[in-house]
Amino acid sequence: MTEKRKTYQITRRGFVAGSAAAAGIVGFPGVLRAQAAPVKIGLVHPVTGFLQFNGTQCRFGAVEAIKEINASGGIKSLGGAQLEAVLGDAQSKPEIGASEVEKFNEAGVSCIVGAYASGISMSTTQVAAKYGIPHVVDVGVTDKIVERGLDNVFRFGPGYGVITKVGVERFIAMNDAAGKPVKSIMIVHEDSTPFGGGTAALLEEGLTAAGFSVTKVGHPTPHRDFSNIVLQIKSANPDVVIPSSYPNEYELLVRTMQQQRVQPKGIYSVLGGSGSSYKFLAEYPEACQYIMDCNHWYNPKSAGAMALRKISEAAGVHFTYEVFLAYSAVKLVADAMEQAASADRKKIIDALAASNWSDHIMPYGPTKFVNGQNQGAQPLNLQYQGQEIEVIAPADYATSKAVFPRPA
Amino acid sequence: MDACANLTGHGCGIILASIINGTMTGAVYALVALGLTLIYGVLHIINFAHGTLLMLAMYGVFFLNQIVGVDPYMAMPVILVAAFLFGYGLQRYVIGKTSHGRDEITLLVTLGVSIVIENLALFFFTANERNIRVPYELAGIDLGVTYLLVTQMAAFGAALLITATLWMFMSASDTGRAIRAVAKERQGARLVGINVEHIFALSFGIGTACVGAAAALLAPRFAISPRIGYTFVLIAFTVVVLGGMGSFVGALVGGFIIGIAESVGGLFLGESLGQITISLIFILILLLRPSGLFGEKLR
Repeated sequence: MTEKRKTYQITRRGFVAGSAAAAGIVGFPGVLRAQAAPVKIGLVHPVTGFLQFNGTQCRFGAVEAIKEINASGGIKSLGGAQLEAVLGDAQSKPEIGASEVEKFNEAGVSCIVGAYASGISMSTTQVAAKYGIPHVVDVGVTDKIVERGLDNVFRFGPGYGVITKVGVERFIAMNDAAGKPVKSIMIVHEDSTPFGGGTAALLEEGLTAAGFSVTKVGHPTPHRDFSNIVLQIKSANPDVVIPSSYPNEYELLVRTMQQQRVQPKGIYSVLGGSGSSYKFLAEYPEACQYIMDCNHWYNPKSAGAMALRKISEAAGVHFTYEVFLAYSAVKLVADAMEQAASADRKKIIDALAASNWSDHIMPYGPTKFVNGQNQGAQPLNLQYQGQEIEVIAPADYATSKAVFPRPA
Repeated sequence: MDACANLTGHGCGIILASIINGTMTGAVYALVALGLTLIYGVLHIINFAHGTLLMLAMYGVFFLNQIVGVDPYMAMPVILVAAFLFGYGLQRYVIGKTSHGRDEITLLVTLGVSIVIENLALFFFTANERNIRVPYELAGIDLGVTYLLVTQMAAFGAALLITATLWMFMSASDTGRAIRAVAKERQGARLVGINVEHIFALSFGIGTACVGAAAALLAPRFAISPRIGYTFVLIAFTVVVLGGMGSFVGALVGGFIIGIAESVGGLFLGESLGQITISLIFILILLLRPSGLFGEKLR
């Protein structure tokens, strides 16, 4: 179950090759001894357990960023120091995530990136704070992550407070533009982690204040069967359904709605696990058509983002938000190290706090942290249209217009 | 508002639909529980590898579908045979050899086997969830209150058929009688010439074949991942205890009871809190009838 750190066995051939290399180093001390020591970066994600898909996606993005940085010469202000990933598996449990950070500290990491889920990120950041290790949260959306006064914690992407506020505003604008066809809304949310319940509460507050009739129904994660929930949707007959669930449950809900012939005027999710997923689009193109989602997304006009998408697809990995957020988090850390010209934890924290990094693939503008939260971070509104996921808002990044209400 | 709505807050239609859905889900639980109860009935061990074997069989169905293009239901005979051979070999050459006849070691070995298989699956198949698309995935009958899918009805029918087949096999065949003899009195069976090790492996193989059948029936409905086994096997343990350890009819009835309780509990208490109905049934059964509903009647 536990992700084991790699160990290397010395073979006869390896020994001979190593001896030759050692002899070379002795012979050419001036050349090779100048090579800077690698900088260790801890990557903690839930690569086993019920979040294993998401964690594995995050790890892919983070490792890809490290490969890219190393291939382009490492951290130049540190003499071309290479980044060395120390991998940790949170096993989808906060307490295991915390113990992985303890191991990272022993291993001497300069920085940590992780830990996908809000609950796990809460515990990993807490332990990292104890040792003064800078910790960049890649995905965890609970706002409490950056509201505890921990100066070592940074989040590049938006939290659910911002995402929900923006999601509600854009929904109202879209509904108004369509002639206000929506009066009633049902929120279907997971309630096993802080993400689902927290997002649903904020959505309910925002939508009720805007005059919509809102009902909520929760479900655990993982969940096997959405028949009951779909029966309740069928019975309540809301104009719009808002799912706030992890990918597997999201897909199961949408598929069950399709199987039970339940078709509201729209499915509009905020942070929907598969509300904007190339995997879902590839597997169930007809079930996901016209679903809208307010979620993390890359800048569709960024060449870097498109290049990363190609790399992911070539590796057989779906280009989900986990991939580009974890990738961006590692790139942010590398930029901070570059600015700090140091692998010292405190100096990296100072560099992150002062960061104005703009050479990234996200639709955020230059980075500016206030209490660890990147102020420019924003979600995009997306919609499955045909074989593509189109950006439908805001206008600066839009690649298509929203189709709403959903055609029968 | 109908009478049910006045009494319960939910209309009669939605309650009836919930019971129907629960029955269909219960059939799935029964399918998974059948193999588990057979293995317990003969070997007297809780097979912790049961969920992992289900996962492995589901991957088998998936790859047969993706590579050879075989429909999951058509793949059932192949998966049944493969699962039987795998289970037979696992018991005969791994679990049997390492446990030295001690139940507690057997239990730990099955746990170890499950961890190894799950991690191998994670390594080779990755954490990606895989789905099988079938042309009939949306086909079904409109009952008015709910839409009954072909895939649900297939699992329901198969649960009944497999239970009846196993019951007849155990009651009427020589091998079935030998299995029952070993289950009742191991040493006595050995004394009359029954090859106990072979019967152990045979029972484990049949139990695993049941899992193979369940895999073929579940694959068109559920996303396949290295964790999928856990989704069903924990419930299956409850079903086995409820129905009576070693009882096929108990597994079937227990599956339906748990499925309906979970579904109706979810409707009235919410999907998360509704899960406690399963635990409550489990505790009540242990308190009031530890042998389960059919524990004494069928072996």
